[in-house]
Amino acid sequence: MVAATARPSVRERAALILGRAAGTAARQLGRGGGTALPGLVAGVLAPRLLERLAQQAGQGVVTVTGTNGKTTTTHLIAAIFRAHGVQPLTNPSGSNLERGLVAAYVEDAEADGRIADAPSRVGVFEVDEAVLARLFSRLSPRVAVFLNLFRDQLDRYGEVDSVGEGWGGMLASAGPDCTLVLNADDPSIAQLAAGTRARVLMFGIDDPEARLAEAEHASDARFCRCGGRFAYEAIYMGHVGIWRCSSCGDRRPRAFVSARRVKLSPDGSRVEVDIDGAVVTLEIPMAGLYSVYNALAATAASYALGVPATTIARALAEAGPAFGRQERFEVEGRTVRVLLAKNPAGLNELLRALIAGSPEREPIHLLAMLNDGVQDGQDVSWIYDADIEVLAGRPMTVTCSGGRADDFALRWHLAGVDPAAVVPDTEAALDDALRRMPPGARLDVVATYTAMIDVREALARRAGVGAYWEKAER
Amino acid sequence: MTPAPPERTIRVVTLYDDVMNVYADRGNLIALEARAAEHGVGVEVQSVSLGDPLPEDADLVLIGGGQDREQRRVADELAVRGPVLRAWAAAGTAMLAVCGGFQLFGRWYRDASGTELPGAGVFDVTTIAPGPGAARCIGDILANVEIEGVGEVVGFENHGGRTYLGPGGRPFARVEYGRGNNGEDGTEGAIFQNAVGTYLHGSLLPKNPALLDWLIAAALRHRYGEGSSQALIEPRPAPYAERAHAASAAVARRRSPKFEPVVK
Repeated sequence: MVAATARPSVRERAALILGRAAGTAARQLGRGGGTALPGLVAGVLAPRLLERLAQQAGQGVVTVTGTNGKTTTTHLIAAIFRAHGVQPLTNPSGSNLERGLVAAYVEDAEADGRIADAPSRVGVFEVDEAVLARLFSRLSPRVAVFLNLFRDQLDRYGEVDSVGEGWGGMLASAGPDCTLVLNADDPSIAQLAAGTRARVLMFGIDDPEARLAEAEHASDARFCRCGGRFAYEAIYMGHVGIWRCSSCGDRRPRAFVSARRVKLSPDGSRVEVDIDGAVVTLEIPMAGLYSVYNALAATAASYALGVPATTIARALAEAGPAFGRQERFEVEGRTVRVLLAKNPAGLNELLRALIAGSPEREPIHLLAMLNDGVQDGQDVSWIYDADIEVLAGRPMTVTCSGGRADDFALRWHLAGVDPAAVVPDTEAALDDALRRMPPGARLDVVATYTAMIDVREALARRAGVGAYWEKAER
Repeated sequence: MTPAPPERTIRVVTLYDDVMNVYADRGNLIALEARAAEHGVGVEVQSVSLGDPLPEDADLVLIGGGQDREQRRVADELAVRGPVLRAWAAAGTAMLAVCGGFQLFGRWYRDASGTELPGAGVFDVTTIAPGPGAARCIGDILANVEIEGVGEVVGFENHGGRTYLGPGGRPFARVEYGRGNNGEDGTEGAIFQNAVGTYLHGSLLPKNPALLDWLIAAALRHRYGEGSSQALIEPRPAPYAERAHAASAAVARRRSPKFEPVVK
């Protein structure tokens, strides 16, 4: 019985109350959403709150990790469970370190430290890829989703390999009561299946039409565990595709949840998905092949916990975007879409999504924002690994903005797309970008994390929408 | 009307660019091709990876950085190619070896596990990875180059290894903000004739147009001979690059430590 072990101590209850007070104070002082502070305060006072949180979710815990797509996938899994009549307990707004998870507990705890209806709830938490190894056994997830592993913020993580090695060590101790939901198409993820006793459920794309004409540059898993080189029958993005090791013969495994027909458009995707022999059509209201992967991962994770395929399809079709991930705003008669881009693989996929199914003569209007804070990555060199060249020759206007607007402008110039303007200030850049496009057209904003927060706030104000901590779904 | 093909070209070899590219070093090639075109210089690029033969000769060699796993794969082969690369460097071939590529262009590199990897020996430097306990050198860096007309270079460094110059080694630059070769002696990189080794990525060449022009000019001299009219390039503005340089330099001055030598 879960409840017996989950009874929070007096100290833990006090920590929850103080954590909540810290969050309220932060909001009243105008210090942003306070999405992490409550967890930080409570977690310091009572270090085992994370275990208490995980133990209370009676339907178990789902963790979501990977370089790209964590927030959206978490958001989709939560939406699927809501449609299934199960209330999720989740960390919103991408606050994915331990304090962000504890903050979710702080928000939902009753005065006695219990979470209302805990036995009927499922925990759905996105977890930063570098901290998952430390949190895994404490969360003991029933389902652990691994999306992809790309280079990201090397100034913070050191090297890509060390993240993958940390996961490998952690999974050696996972047992058959845990299901790993793995991306079959990313060899650095699919090969995690080899070193574990956990159950494994693979998802992937089996549609050669979705392949890239030529390999992108941001490719990170060139070598197999055995030391051999990977060869590809089809590449969908980066190092993700139908792979095979040319040395040991290990190959991309069969996908249990498999996308057979993928149709991309600038506004969304339509895919036929085979779930262990049953075919459903998913309408995904988010652009880009990377959104398809997120939807497949969410499908596999919720299917593993018993949600019927028809419920999954209905929930996905109705799911709105996650915070700052393809969110739309109506501003001055124009639609503005906000796209988070924080690493080369992510930016490549956004650029592909912008041109997918879009006529060559249709002008693209972009506001490209590059910041260099800790959350963005202080090292901005990653922009050279993104294939911005794919946009060269198209009719478009680009306004470069952010603290490193000049670095971004140089990158666009070298890619053959001279920016129309370079405007570091967010509000002024937004004015500039809107002025350069006709009414009725769509402005796409690609922005690093802190730039996304800034521009989203400016857009929300102009569109008359609330600030993010008011909107975040729980 | 298509422009006339350039009457002069440089032969560029990129080494292991499919393996050693972790910090966006391909930006160096992108900038090189664009800038060479502005100078009316054609660029023939040959990509040489594991197992591929080296060409007869090259005017400019580029190699980037990799992770430990990748550097181990490259090191053995690079050591075998050492004599050719050293002969090229001695004959004036321009080179740019960044981060891991710089380490492997030295005499040897001892990785975090204690394994000693042989180097190509183009530079008289040795590198020791101090292991998991020691902090990586990560951050914005600004250094001053002693080559006339090049001056200040800016970039980002991210390396575990500490590099030390041997008796025949000359530093490429002196650190003003950041850490450089080892964080102790204020040296950054190494230079031998027209070959440059450095820890600066960012990418380096796009936002350091003076260094980029110097490398192009050196490659042209190697191809056409000192004093040949074909080896000359005229000064040209590079407005995007100069603004990005100024912005990056301001960031380095603001948030990197001013270098102070360690007194032992």
